[in-house]
Amino acid sequence: MEWQWDWALVGHILPELARAFRVTIAATVFGFSLALVGGLLLTILRRSRWKIISWPAHFTVEFIRSTPLLVQLFFIYFVLPIQLPDFGGMFTSAFVTGVLALGLHYSSYTSEVYRAGIDGVPKGQWEAAAALNMSRGRTWTSVVLPQAIPPVLPALGNYLIAMFKDTPLLYAISVAEVLTAAYQIGSQRFQYVEAFTIVGALFLIVSLISAWLIRRMERWTALPAQ
Amino acid sequence: MSDSTEKPPIIRFQGLEKAFGDLKVLQGIDIDIPEGQCVSIIGPSGSGKSTLLRVLMTLEEPTGGRVEVEGESLYTMKRNGEEVPASRAHISRIRRKICMVFQHFNLFPHMKVIRNVTEAPIHVLGLSKREARERAESYLEMVGLSDKLNAYPAQLSGGQKQRVAIARALAMRPKIMLFDEITSALDPELVGGVLDLLREIKESGDMTMLIVTHEMKFARDSSDRVLFFDEGVIREDSDPKRIFTNPEHDRTRQFLDTILSEQA
Ligand SMILES: Nc1ncnc2c1ncn2[C@@H]1O[C@H](COP(=O)(O)OP(=O)(O)OP(=O)(O)O)[C@@H](O)[C@H]1O
Ligand SMILES: [Mg+2]
Repeated sequence: MEWQWDWALVGHILPELARAFRVTIAATVFGFSLALVGGLLLTILRRSRWKIISWPAHFTVEFIRSTPLLVQLFFIYFVLPIQLPDFGGMFTSAFVTGVLALGLHYSSYTSEVYRAGIDGVPKGQWEAAAALNMSRGRTWTSVVLPQAIPPVLPALGNYLIAMFKDTPLLYAISVAEVLTAAYQIGSQRFQYVEAFTIVGALFLIVSLISAWLIRRMERWTALPAQ
Repeated sequence: MSDSTEKPPIIRFQGLEKAFGDLKVLQGIDIDIPEGQCVSIIGPSGSGKSTLLRVLMTLEEPTGGRVEVEGESLYTMKRNGEEVPASRAHISRIRRKICMVFQHFNLFPHMKVIRNVTEAPIHVLGLSKREARERAESYLEMVGLSDKLNAYPAQLSGGQKQRVAIARALAMRPKIMLFDEITSALDPELVGGVLDLLREIKESGDMTMLIVTHEMKFARDSSDRVLFFDEGVIREDSDPKRIFTNPEHDRTRQFLDTILSEQA
């Protein structure tokens, strides 16, 4: 029996895969939003003068970066609800768990990126803000972050794409994302090639478009030349 | 020195010390500065001039002694009758009376000139956007930059940048202004204009000014008092005319001879 690419099947399963791909996109968007905020928070906490604040933040980053995402995913999904029954309700949804795990994991990477950006802001900028009696918060929002973030947008963008490509791991906790859907379709008919090829193509297209958008964004946000 | 007013001096340093590790940069500074005085601070490189200003601006913490502003201790406060390290709020309340202009301008490069000048008045002093803008425009006019409101710092010359930095500080209406070698990074032909601006600021108000400078002519002709710094102490505290014609100390004489021959 000779195998042949089945266009009819493609037409048939595409809508279902597209629906599942929306879950993939949603997990990426929510997960990365979390990573953007969480990473910034970790960075600012790590810079605290008080060790009692900076040290746990430091440890969190190191811990997350040294353990695999899949382990963290299982840990949050299977272990935390048992260990922390009071919070268990939050984790019943596999999607929420997946988003949390992705967001937390990538927070540790974005935190490093922010740190590099912040270290790039000259000391004189902090001093000028202090000489104008700006508060810590105002110094961050008006002076430091607007200078720290534009140069690291490419690095943040790379992590966005990396996270996007990590979302199929959510298959492991049965989130109805695109790989889970493709696997189900394939196993129903024992025809895997079309489904997985479509999944690959979807990832390729979105990654390429994102990379292009990120490059555009860099140009919009560039600081005036020094 | 002849002041016998009831008011405490606007600035008082008492036994002020600052060390970086083993390096003692300030070794007991005792000095009172009455309100409205324009003080030039001169002295060799590394003698601690910048450090003194930076301690007053709270950019460096002293390792000993005391700083008072209008009779209030800057780094300590009273709690239940005891002297305790100052809270951030306490420092911020006093620091609000002081502003500093830096050698390298330290303008905010991502903000247009006008926003460089309005940002702190809006968010620190709580001015409305309109009030802040009017105030900024008037100071930028004073420094001769009315046509640059919408330029970015990168589009300005060094002298223009320093004028913006001065306008930015003036817009905070501080009682005390600190100037740390504000003409040292400028091309020679731009120095005069910025010094004229300093004179104008001095004439136009009763601001207390501490000016670290290598411009001896300015120190002699335009300040009320000259402090000669040497190895972390104030070696000479003098009337500007006297220090240049008849310094008390040999160190002062040596320093002035060297620098005046360079600037001749
Ligand atoms: N953050 C720091 N850490 C270590 N040493 C420092 C620091 N800041 C200043 N110093 C040292 O303190 C000494 C005094 O420095 P300061 O900048 O006050 O001198 P200055 O009188 O302003 O000199 P200049 O005329 O060159 O500006 C110098 O030896 C300098 O190297
Ligand atoms: Mg100096």
